[in-house]
Amino acid sequence: MDTSEDILQQPSPDLVRGSETARPAKAARLSPSFISWLQAGPMMLVFLAFFLIPLVFVVIVSFWDYNEYQLLPTFSGRGYTDTFEGCIAQLPDLCTIGRTYVKTLKLCVMVWAITLFIGFWVAYFLAFHVKSKTWQMGLSLLCTIPFWTSNVIRMIAWIPLLGRNGLVNSGLVKSGLINQPLEWLLFSEFSVVLALVHLFTFFMVVPIFNSMVRIDKSLIEAAYDAGATGFQTLVNVIIPLAKPGIVIGSIFVITIVMGDFITIGVMGGQQIASAGKIIETRVNALQFPAAAANAVILLVITFLIITMMSRIVDIKKEL
Amino acid sequence: MKEGRPRSFYVLAIFFAAYVLFLYGPMIAIYVLSFQGPQGGLTFPMNGVSTFWLAKLFQGTGIVDLGAAFRRSLLLGIIVMTVTVVLSVAAGMAFRRKFKAQSILFYSAIASLIVPSIITSLGISLEFRIIDDLIKAHWNENFETSMGLLTSGLGAHLTWTLPFGLLIMFAIFNRFDPRLEEAARDLGATPWQAFRHVVLPIILPSVIGIGLFGFTLSWDELARSSQAIGAVNTLPLDLQGLTTTVTNPDIYALGTIISAVSFAVITLALGTIHMLNKRQAAKGSDAGKGLV
Repeated sequence: MDTSEDILQQPSPDLVRGSETARPAKAARLSPSFISWLQAGPMMLVFLAFFLIPLVFVVIVSFWDYNEYQLLPTFSGRGYTDTFEGCIAQLPDLCTIGRTYVKTLKLCVMVWAITLFIGFWVAYFLAFHVKSKTWQMGLSLLCTIPFWTSNVIRMIAWIPLLGRNGLVNSGLVKSGLINQPLEWLLFSEFSVVLALVHLFTFFMVVPIFNSMVRIDKSLIEAAYDAGATGFQTLVNVIIPLAKPGIVIGSIFVITIVMGDFITIGVMGGQQIASAGKIIETRVNALQFPAAAANAVILLVITFLIITMMSRIVDIKKEL
Repeated sequence: MKEGRPRSFYVLAIFFAAYVLFLYGPMIAIYVLSFQGPQGGLTFPMNGVSTFWLAKLFQGTGIVDLGAAFRRSLLLGIIVMTVTVVLSVAAGMAFRRKFKAQSILFYSAIASLIVPSIITSLGISLEFRIIDDLIKAHWNENFETSMGLLTSGLGAHLTWTLPFGLLIMFAIFNRFDPRLEEAARDLGATPWQAFRHVVLPIILPSVIGIGLFGFTLSWDELARSSQAIGAVNTLPLDLQGLTTTVTNPDIYALGTIISAVSFAVITLALGTIHMLNKRQAAKGSDAGKGLV
């Protein structure tokens, strides 16, 4: 047995002490906490190098100066002042960044409400109506498989359906309901919301289903025996107990929509502004400090939303 | 309470079926449309059936060099999958007992999952730009860039796949019976032998699940790659580039090819998991199941 194999050893502290008598040399070489470090360290390093340090750089660079083609590492608030340009002068009207955030939040609320509705009932059906474990597994898998396929493909998949000559329009025209093809079906706010719901309802279904299968079925029977109607059981028993899943799903959906720029870009025909899209536009213009400043603003707002929501539920306990 | 199915069952079953149709319908539409005839357009009805557009992709007459992008994405996907599996299993083992920095790692993973991808991507690109500037200033004036598929690109993908890997490991060990390992150790197994011959075979189906997540999430990754991949494109980035100039079905053909790889990997992984589960059920112990 060589040392590289020790990386994966799993003794409880007692057993290590026990094995000390058997193999004193090895136990002296690797303490349990050192082994934990070897096991968890590589993942920690990846997060440090590619997540935590980059976040620090985003904050630092947001306070740097810039010109047309390069970063200037001197302190400047220009990234922020450029972003909020005209915000005070234009009051009471909203400036560009204000309008963009209002629009993004509006999208967020719409997508959140729809995914919550669909996600809740899909999870409810899987958790309470599908009794056989095999069926439950099979149907959950059916909901998961699209998640393993490409988002962009799932976006462009709407083109043949919603385009001017798409199935929906030609169907409506043929049936005589409309004379002209509807223009707002594709490359519009409607198609953005539709695509976001299509892509991300999965993030609502999984945590809500997870909370629901943990609900003790005897609680529901007790409610039934005590004379509760189905609706009363739903409101007073199931929803409160599924709340952690609802909150976690909501956090996922809201943060995804807040930072999204790809779905909004592709399905909005690159015409709709959003919080994520501002960052992309600034990066494409090589205005990195301004992009970073926008990233910091987005991060703060996302963080505030998560903090508010996690007040309602202890995330760590639920995983 | 066994009195036949309530009416709500049928209402929700229809709702669920509609949701599944909503999930798969559009995807199936483009798979079908990628077999358009040569004169075919972007929408139904089909104008003949052919493999014209698929063949056109393979001839490389398209706008971008898809063969190269395909190989790059495949390479990156396989590396991301391997690293995700190894690091997640190792970290998952560490979480089975208390260690310092446990909550730091946990919250880093959760944060990495929910911080908007564009921010992570921007941060990685800034980090590498600054590293490049430092190298140019202090060591080598002719240095080009340290950004690339297997440096910044790999890192960006791992920030997305590792949280999933870790969460799956948590789910595994929530249900794992530690007595199995103790039994192995009581029988004289070394910690490595206990892992190799007891723990690993039990968790193997889920470990393959981690690999499935690792590969597919990387294969289709877009938001984090967007700023951090460097000079070359992955397949999804090329596909996204094509969406701004959609004029004929070759974009559907490309979508079909990308999906075919995804579905092949999904089938392979699920098939293996199913086989392993069956083998476990057949050869597993019946201890604790009572006397029959």
